Amino acid sequence: MKLPEQVTRIVAVLALIVALVLLVRFVLIPPAYFSTTVHESATVRREVARPVNFAGAVACQDCHAEEWDRKAQGYHKGLACEACHGPSARHAEDPMSVKPFAPRDRKFCPVCHAYDAARPTGFPQINPESHNPLKPCITCHNPHDPVPPETPKECAACHAQIARTVALSAHALLPCATCHTASKEHRIAPRSALPSKPQTREFCGQCHAGGTANPDAPKVELASHGGGYLCWQCHYPHLPEGRP
Amino acid sequence: MIAQVPPNLAELLGQVIGYIYPNEIEIHWSILIVVYPYLTGLVAGAFILASLVKVFSVKEVQPTYRLALLTALSFLLVAPFPLLLHLGHMERSFEIFLAPHLSSAMAMFGFVYAWYLMGILLLEIWFEYRHDLVVWGREHKPPLRWVYRALSLFSTDISERAVAFDRKAVRTITIVGIPSAFLLHGYVGFIFGSIKANPWWSSVLMPIVFLMSAIVSGIALVLFLYMVVTSLRNEPLDMKCLDRVASYLFYAVVVDFSLEALDFIHRLYQSEESVKILAQLISVKLFTNLVILQVLLGMLVPLAVLVAARTRRANPDLRKLLYFTSAILIQLGIFSTRWNVVIGGQLFSKSFRGLMAYKMEMTGLEGLVTTLGLLIAPFVILLVLVRLLPAKRVGEAPVHPA
Amino acid sequence: MNKREFLKKGAIAFIPAAAVLQALIRQAEAGATSGAGAAGSPTPGYEPRDHWYGMGIEVEKCIGCNRCAEACKVENDVPPEPFFFRTWVERYTVKQSGETEVECISVNPRGERKTQDEREALRSFFVPKLCNHCAHAPCVQVCPVGATFTTADGVVLVDSTRCIGCRYCIQACPYGARFFNHRTNTADKCTFCYHRVIKGLLPACVEVCPTQARVFGDLRSKASRLVRFQRMNKINVLKPALNTEPKVYYAQLDGEVR
Repeated sequence: MKLPEQVTRIVAVLALIVALVLLVRFVLIPPAYFSTTVHESATVRREVARPVNFAGAVACQDCHAEEWDRKAQGYHKGLACEACHGPSARHAEDPMSVKPFAPRDRKFCPVCHAYDAARPTGFPQINPESHNPLKPCITCHNPHDPVPPETPKECAACHAQIARTVALSAHALLPCATCHTASKEHRIAPRSALPSKPQTREFCGQCHAGGTANPDAPKVELASHGGGYLCWQCHYPHLPEGRP
Repeated sequence: MIAQVPPNLAELLGQVIGYIYPNEIEIHWSILIVVYPYLTGLVAGAFILASLVKVFSVKEVQPTYRLALLTALSFLLVAPFPLLLHLGHMERSFEIFLAPHLSSAMAMFGFVYAWYLMGILLLEIWFEYRHDLVVWGREHKPPLRWVYRALSLFSTDISERAVAFDRKAVRTITIVGIPSAFLLHGYVGFIFGSIKANPWWSSVLMPIVFLMSAIVSGIALVLFLYMVVTSLRNEPLDMKCLDRVASYLFYAVVVDFSLEALDFIHRLYQSEESVKILAQLISVKLFTNLVILQVLLGMLVPLAVLVAARTRRANPDLRKLLYFTSAILIQLGIFSTRWNVVIGGQLFSKSFRGLMAYKMEMTGLEGLVTTLGLLIAPFVILLVLVRLLPAKRVGEAPVHPA
Repeated sequence: MNKREFLKKGAIAFIPAAAVLQALIRQAEAGATSGAGAAGSPTPGYEPRDHWYGMGIEVEKCIGCNRCAEACKVENDVPPEPFFFRTWVERYTVKQSGETEVECISVNPRGERKTQDEREALRSFFVPKLCNHCAHAPCVQVCPVGATFTTADGVVLVDSTRCIGCRYCIQACPYGARFFNHRTNTADKCTFCYHRVIKGLLPACVEVCPTQARVFGDLRSKASRLVRFQRMNKINVLKPALNTEPKVYYAQLDGEVR
């Protein structure tokens, strides 16, 4: 059987190409090139060899035991040292020649503590412009135990967003204690001693039920208004919508 | 390769509407990635037109056969360059061929491209031209003589039997070539269609729409080139052929338009979460490109023009003008389509809350100048090929003008 | 050419074919011995297969101070420009009118924030974001050269000597966690501070978080902060419908977060 010359020529070219490809793939290029495990472990080794810049809070404990113990009791117990002092791995390796950053400027603390409406309830926030302007924060607050020099009389120190909301509302002139009873413990261990909320409709009825003394408050017929629900289950007392 | 941060990012930040993830400010797939599917689309489309002659025996379009093959080859040769120029590490591009990660659709590129170039296109061109190459190898003087002889792989047999074998080979290769052409361009559609993170791209219809628009652009290009080449060479133009090609173009545009309309209606009707940001994308960022360029000028106007040419039985000169115009409009429209898919898909945030902006550079590896170069290069190559490998067969009678 | 010639030519082809076969066998043998030990452990005594890392984020605790994003840039040598982040923090304000406003505070850490008006906001909060190190990561799936992969302990890494910079993975990530590093011309992203984690340290972002809103842990360990986190909170992940199986778990995640 005689193969047409076209076929033989094409097959010859094809064979050449295949031979070249096989040569390159199996002979010229070292097998390690194709191994995923080799590449992956090399990558892992490269990653692991990267320098560490943050020493980790535990590294500070050995030398700075006093500050560590002080911090462990106070409001900043969950705050790692390097969150304020910056990356200190070089200092941990050679404490005498490399000193970490020590924030003393008034611009520093407001990064966390300046008022922002999106910050969670109960997180202490201040207005940096009006809160003891020009004085460095550390004058009154020891950063390792930042308990304020006087226990805040106002709830606004921690509940800034609620305080600001109430200040815009019809209830602006009502002190927080009107509706909420907060024990002394609440200022020290807030989450374990929660303040109270009114538990009866009659409580709001003191001002809002028909026929009571307070003429400015909107009145409703307590018996028929709003079913069996407590008032604050529908109305938001911090910004009541009764009057714009 | 860019060794520093693109300088326009700060400016782009100012043009953000709404919210975007911070890393999304940089548009990663630039104009070069618009050019690549455009080029491979033309390859696939031109090849499909060529296959009409060999597989479906549409004799009327025979005059465009060789031109279609050479067009496909010219564009295929340029096609890898936009990809290469876009890579962060061009020198590592061979990794895709040598050590592909098989779960990635993009890893198919090397194999699909190599198969299509060597196993289909070059092989078919070789078998189609072999007889003529042998004859030209005898007729011409050196050095062209050696070029032709080398191209024919030094074969000498031009007997009846050999030529019949050639014809059969061409037919077989074309039959295999049709699904290969579908794969060459379809896999690009799959690359986009399989990204679930991006609702503008993620669609089952994406590979099919890509392919249909490729066929439209390829047929339009061959139509355009046939008119240009015959006029440049002062050769008579076969009107029956032209009418037939235009009619296939018409069918292709109808199917393509139906598919895109279906995609649009389906999205609108289904009204998934992403429909709001996509509607905003179209109305704010893509209005000119999509509504005016892609749909109106790129599909509806050519459709109307082609219908007019068919039904009005206009005189040949008017028909030629109408076909020429629609071919150009279609190219603009299909390029717009690629832009709207690639760039459009990167202009909205995956948070579904914002829109970004793309600023094309002028110079630089991914700039306008490079793009124009890449779009012109295939025509330069085609010029050389058409001179070297003329469409007229050796011993063939001249074509009668219709 | 007839059968005889064909066989002759075939015999000649046998020599290179034999060489190739020999190389194949040699390679297979090398593969067999190197495969077992090649995965190896990055540090003596550390067995990656015993660990499966994830992160927990308590949205209600985040105060939006942006220390995490800044610490990450310092620790990992991330390009300092505000266009490249391995981790960032978003600020959401769900308004009374029903629309939601989002901004990224990491792009402009000391700048003015949007809506602060208490009357307009129904609720507002911060959400830290980072690479989710998905168990079924789309970025790993689409990489054409396999430069991005998941380690045996669940961390998705990028091999910057293998990455060709095609940016397919950046397109495939639904969370916007990846960026293109113009210094290395490769894709880049959060590594869970792998170089710290296997030494027993915490990732930099977890280390500096003042309220411990970020929790890092080993899901294969019985006593791990993350396991407790998963026990005590209702957990959500980002874009669960995409089936990427993220390993960053959010507690108190609001439905408006994308």
